[in-house]
Amino acid sequence: MTRDTSKREPILTARNLVKRYGRVVALDHTDFDLYPGEILAVIGDNGAGKSTLIKAISGAVVPDEGEIRLEGSPIHFTSPMDAREAGIETVYQNLALSPALSIADNMFMGREMRVPGFFGKYFRKLDRKAMERVAREKLNDLGLLTIQNINQAVETLSGGQRQGIAVARAAAFGSKVVIMDEPTAALGVKESRRVLELIKDVKARGLPIVLISHNMPHVFEVADRIHIHRLGRRHAVIDPKDFSMSDAVAIMTGAMEPPENAQAA
Amino acid sequence: MAEAQTAKDHDFEKGLEGSSTGVASFDTHSRSLLDQIQHTLHSHPAGVPLIVLLASVAGFGIILGSKFFSPFALTLILQQVAIVGIVGMAQSLVVLTAGIDLSVGAIMVLSSTVMGHFTFRYGLPAGFAVMCGLACGALCGFINGTLVSRMKLPPFIVTLGMWQIVLATNFLYSANETIRSQDISEQAPILQFFGEKINIGGAVFTYGVIGMILLVLVLQYILNHTSWGRHVYAIGDDPEAAELSGVRVRRTLVSVYTLGGLICAFAGWVLIGRLGSVSPTAGQFTNIESITAVVIGGISLFGGRGSILGMMFGALIVGVFSLGLRLIGTDPQWTYLLIGLLIIFAVAIDQWIRKVAS
Repeated sequence: MTRDTSKREPILTARNLVKRYGRVVALDHTDFDLYPGEILAVIGDNGAGKSTLIKAISGAVVPDEGEIRLEGSPIHFTSPMDAREAGIETVYQNLALSPALSIADNMFMGREMRVPGFFGKYFRKLDRKAMERVAREKLNDLGLLTIQNINQAVETLSGGQRQGIAVARAAAFGSKVVIMDEPTAALGVKESRRVLELIKDVKARGLPIVLISHNMPHVFEVADRIHIHRLGRRHAVIDPKDFSMSDAVAIMTGAMEPPENAQAA
Repeated sequence: MAEAQTAKDHDFEKGLEGSSTGVASFDTHSRSLLDQIQHTLHSHPAGVPLIVLLASVAGFGIILGSKFFSPFALTLILQQVAIVGIVGMAQSLVVLTAGIDLSVGAIMVLSSTVMGHFTFRYGLPAGFAVMCGLACGALCGFINGTLVSRMKLPPFIVTLGMWQIVLATNFLYSANETIRSQDISEQAPILQFFGEKINIGGAVFTYGVIGMILLVLVLQYILNHTSWGRHVYAIGDDPEAAELSGVRVRRTLVSVYTLGGLICAFAGWVLIGRLGSVSPTAGQFTNIESITAVVIGGISLFGGRGSILGMMFGALIVGVFSLGLRLIGTDPQWTYLLIGLLIIFAVAIDQWIRKVAS
């Protein structure tokens, strides 16, 4: 399948983003494009500014300069909540789950459902049944089921299962974009494999994904395009089918010049 | 072709071919009895204190017979733990957010003196003075909460400071004067409202006890069946995770401390009913007793685990031991010694339960 990105409109774009921390320039007039339905991997050496870039898109950092557009209209996030309300969900590296609370509680944290009618309105009673049902459905959608007890505390789950909950939460509520920060970093080989399948499942549902990862085999397996970040800016965008992993690493570290046509892609 | 390349890249995963392909399945492997107990207690944090409470009631009942096992003695325990129980609820809310409130006792006493002195010094209507007392408690809590959440100061330090400040304010404002019980019952009986009793076949319930039980039910509902309650737990569990999943952490923390202050002020009102008088020197040990009830009640000092019900059981355990040992006629120091053992036992159990993991 050949991808002709020039004919399609990107769903999420950033132009000339700048972010400085004191004298350190984390983002140096960088650009970013995400197209509908794709998995865009973002790779870069430590300190290249890729996490600042992702934070700017997910609302955790407010850029000093530049413009971010979602579906063509400019957006100005001041908190992760703003991004979430706009339909951009992030799976954080630390997962942002509350270990002592249940799976259902975690999936609905910050956006709980209340029972309809009098009790919901005046006593703010939570609709636990509905939340459990929806949580179960969402996990089912991603083939994450065989869950015995949706009220099980998250801390009783394995690392892969927790990642599954976090991904399911993002996929359930992210209407436009899902961002995943190092989803396989803390997992073993077997669990990583399952999470990669999960990422493909989310893509199959039509949601575009931004995947930040250091793991080249994982990036090359699932990504449609690879955004290479270097020294605070977008250094190149390559198609994983045209380049090898060592090429990507070489471009990322500056050992190899990016190909002409890839720079603008 | 991409397939071919990735397939080659993933030779190292060949060993997975025979493994199960279900994604993150949740199996329930069979567990040993001890594991099962651990898991049960993990999902029911009030279980341990409830068992200890029932065992101690049964134990003293067997030793003391009807002297202890009478409606009068059992409801006497309720009356004796009413103050600690109410203040313990304020403490529980704060401890659930992984904080601690050392100023609860001081806020309670200051609120009660405000209620008394507003009535008798300024001649304000007693009902209005009660409102002012409640507002005073909420304000103290609000200051605590603001310092903890906005200034990012550790709760221990903030409330240690507030303890001294509030207590000193209490003594300075009241000029160390006690308002006598007779004056209150003649001129402002509403201040003693929670000292009123109803007698049901030997069982004596003060309005304070009934107030405490109602408050337990209300808070139990709020913590388990409203978003706010779930957020309190999430913040105690992991404040960063809570923030990232959309909980307004700072606002919730301020509301927790403010509600805590309000509950302490309510305890101050109940205190007037219990003592009859308004005394600025009352409730010196309420701080430490409330923390004791919280810890024995199975609420984790690291936050996010435990329940109001458990704290109530914890307070009752202390009450049962105090009364039981007094009826037996031992030196009261034995009570403190046993309570000390219970505290250490409770924390050890908490650590063990927290280790639960698949």
